[in-house]
Amino acid sequence: MVHISVTVDGAQTQHDVEPRLLLVHYLRERVGKVGTPVGCDTSNCGACTVLLDGKSVKSCSVLAVQADGSEITTIEGLANGEWHPVQSAFKECHALQCGYCTPGMIMASVDLLNSNPSPSEEEIRAGLEGNLCRCTGYQNIVKAVQTAAAQGGAR
Amino acid sequence: MTETVERPLARENSVGQPLRRKEDARLVTGRTNWTDNIVLPGMLHMAVLRSPMAHARITRIDVSGALQRPGVVAAYSAADLGDANGSIPCVWPVTDDMVSPPHPCLAIDEVRYVGDAVAVVIAADRYAAADALEAIDVDYEPLPAVVEMPAALAEGSPLVHSESGTNKCYTWEFGGGDYEAAKAKADRVFTRHYVNQRLIPMAMEPRAVVANPTGPDGEITLWSATQIPHVLRVLLALVTGIPENKIRVIAPDVGGGFGSKLQLYREEVLAVVIANRLGRPLKWTESRSENAQVTHHGRDQLQEIELAVTNEGKILGLRVDLTANMGAYLHIITPGVPLLGAFMFNSIYKMEALSFTCTGVFTNTTPTDAYRGAGRPEATFAIERIMDDLAAELGVDPLELRRRNWITHEEFPYTTIAGLEYDSGNYEAATARAVELFDYDGLRAEQKARRERKDPVQLGIGVSTFTEMCGLAPSRVLGSLKYVAGGWEHATVRILPTGVVEVVTGTSPHGQGHVTAWSQIAADALGVDPSAVQVIHGDTGTSPYGMDSYGSRSLVVGGVALVQAAERVVEKAKVIAAHLLEADAADLEYKDGAFNVKGSPGSSKTIQEVAFEAFTAHNLPDGVEPTLQANSTLDPSTFSFPHGTHLCAVDIDTETGMTKIRTYVCVDDIGKVINPMIVEGQVHGGLAQGIAQALFEEAVYDDAGNLVTGSLVDYLVPAAPDLPHFTTDRTETPSTTNPLGVKGVGEAGTIASTPAVVNAVVDALRPFGVDDVRMACTPERVWRAINDAGSKGGDRAAEGTVAYGGATTESTAGGQGDGIEKTGGQA
Repeated sequence: MVHISVTVDGAQTQHDVEPRLLLVHYLRERVGKVGTPVGCDTSNCGACTVLLDGKSVKSCSVLAVQADGSEITTIEGLANGEWHPVQSAFKECHALQCGYCTPGMIMASVDLLNSNPSPSEEEIRAGLEGNLCRCTGYQNIVKAVQTAAAQGGAR
Repeated sequence: MTETVERPLARENSVGQPLRRKEDARLVTGRTNWTDNIVLPGMLHMAVLRSPMAHARITRIDVSGALQRPGVVAAYSAADLGDANGSIPCVWPVTDDMVSPPHPCLAIDEVRYVGDAVAVVIAADRYAAADALEAIDVDYEPLPAVVEMPAALAEGSPLVHSESGTNKCYTWEFGGGDYEAAKAKADRVFTRHYVNQRLIPMAMEPRAVVANPTGPDGEITLWSATQIPHVLRVLLALVTGIPENKIRVIAPDVGGGFGSKLQLYREEVLAVVIANRLGRPLKWTESRSENAQVTHHGRDQLQEIELAVTNEGKILGLRVDLTANMGAYLHIITPGVPLLGAFMFNSIYKMEALSFTCTGVFTNTTPTDAYRGAGRPEATFAIERIMDDLAAELGVDPLELRRRNWITHEEFPYTTIAGLEYDSGNYEAATARAVELFDYDGLRAEQKARRERKDPVQLGIGVSTFTEMCGLAPSRVLGSLKYVAGGWEHATVRILPTGVVEVVTGTSPHGQGHVTAWSQIAADALGVDPSAVQVIHGDTGTSPYGMDSYGSRSLVVGGVALVQAAERVVEKAKVIAAHLLEADAADLEYKDGAFNVKGSPGSSKTIQEVAFEAFTAHNLPDGVEPTLQANSTLDPSTFSFPHGTHLCAVDIDTETGMTKIRTYVCVDDIGKVINPMIVEGQVHGGLAQGIAQALFEEAVYDDAGNLVTGSLVDYLVPAAPDLPHFTTDRTETPSTTNPLGVKGVGEAGTIASTPAVVNAVVDALRPFGVDDVRMACTPERVWRAINDAGSKGGDRAAEGTVAYGGATTESTAGGQGDGIEKTGGQA
């Protein structure tokens, strides 16, 4: 067991964990952050994307021990009093259907807009390549990211 | 909580508005309720040991080693479960002599596909359960496996179920008119062979179940990531013997289904049986690799299709001979899926005769069952492919060939050669709009120029006009097809004492937005605001009756049931309002949520006031029961028939074989629309899945029966850069067979798009002598088709490549089918 200390959505958590424990399982099963789902076991789908010290990571491909001392933002902590512009844009543009990929898609979009505040359609599609959606065909996701960008989605 | 309902003076209809979804506030903030999120006190975790071999005899199995592992509470093989090891039923025995072998939850003595469940471990957490699987000792004696359908049907083939004496599951025949007579009259008989490859549904949420024993006599609550909580409850009762009234099934938030969660799965039965045996809650969550391997697959047909035509391209007759892969076992509607297409091969075309035969075949592969469209995409693919091929053969524009054969808008209602009465449609209008949006003539001119200058990047244009049948289904029709259940749907509407509305529906959404759309429908039917409507679904405890969601049925059947229930509420309220207003009910009119006495302004009662009276029951007319609620159980009288025209333009780099969709236009006619925003989303997603079949996705087995596309690494679900921007539009020809005028939209995009894309690919390559490319039309297949016109790109990727399955799969020396060393595609 390894003792780790992680700030998750602004709250400090400390646990003894097995070195092999995945960050996503740590978040879901030890911290109770079940808003971040698991969609695959090969780091392809991106459903589990969170921000680790402000950068998007697939939390299934990070060990909990690697996150020791870090600050994690999940979909549950993204809204800061009011929804993040990307969250609002996803609803406004119907960028989700079943919603399972949505937490990861939103977190990846937030990171994308932080590094490129006004991306082209092509840049958005390329930027979200690591996140799979089976419902929307991506068109409204692209639209949502464009909408969020127009509303100052980088923050 | 009460909510004040403010009625504007003249309320605007909610139906037809792009109301933003009520579902989304939770989903975009992570306040979700997926089955895997559920944690109960004392909850245990289940892991399943699966066969690494496609066909083998189990000569010894010993689970005792697992029991020594830390955290393990129990472990079971089939023998340990005994009679509790239920068999998954097939509820669609399509013929009287169909072979329907046992389908036990844990394999008994023999495994029949890679992934077949062999034993389970129950432990304190999921890591401990998974770890302990390796301590289970199983001795397998390999048996020869058969993977391809022609091999399975050949004399002397290894048998998937030796006791059956055959790999043939059934042969089902259907038709109309006299095909041989039509053929005798024809100038030409045009025969084609297409392969509709095997697909993996890959809903983003893997399956999960939580079983919670709640009482001493077998009472149990099962949460499951399912599309069919109601059907599941019935099936669980039948399989486990637990009385149905002790079982509660809840489908909480469900992350997509596409047919793959229209099922009774082994893990659902095992979780219920074992949780009850241990008296503790039990969770099982599928990994993505398990999902690829054991959640049912879709499609997988060999299609022989023949048109008897005149020299002018007029279709006289159509013959279809299908071979459909069942996989190793029958799941609940496995054999019936191809038959849903039987009525759709003739599509929008007039003809004198139809002859349809389907043979179901067992192979040592994952069972198949419904996948988005279920039978109709296969039918539409074959007919729309052959129409483009025939047009090329005759030298006619593919749209013109369709015009010569389709049912014109004046001819509705039209009874097709398959015996279905199409109530409405306007193929001319949808096609005209699509042609306009696409710039069909302009693209044809550009294609000509590129061909002339031998441009290395060729342009291809593909056409797909389609119809499908939605609204599954009139119960009597299902009965005549030997399906064991009905196709009705249930709704309850209640106006609660405080005036807010509760809608209970038997449909079970998993991404479709029923909560929003049903609120809109109820709002208009009752004259209230959609925000005043709460929709309850997906829980047999709170919505006891339902037939759930699949086959684009929810709106056409469930939505119409909702309208009917709401109308009954208004009828009852009218009697009470008349009593309160001391007026004759016949003199009341209901508008914007209030009853007014005609010609007597100012004397009115709102439906909320009536609801409160019905609650207190102090002053009800004689014979009227308290409370304001009504039910409807609606059995549809017929199917509905959405249609549309899809046009696709592709650029193909003939030097690399890379295909890129340049323009995709679709004009769908789905009748009246409740929420255009949701409809457009459904079309987008459908297109993505249909395009994925055309260009990207294919479940590949090696000769030993290993699924080599067993993860999202190898099975190419398209990502955002892989798909184009879609241009979508609608024409609106209301259905005449239901009061909403709706037709269904969930599968349209998937059904229509696959042939449009493949037709475009083949169209681009016709100058190279190519008349077919096997799906998925990968760059390799396209390149090979260009360089060897007769090859259709090849059955599978080149040996030695990952796509072939060669990179990670090696056979050892030995007899056929017994050389399994490693399974491919598993990271």
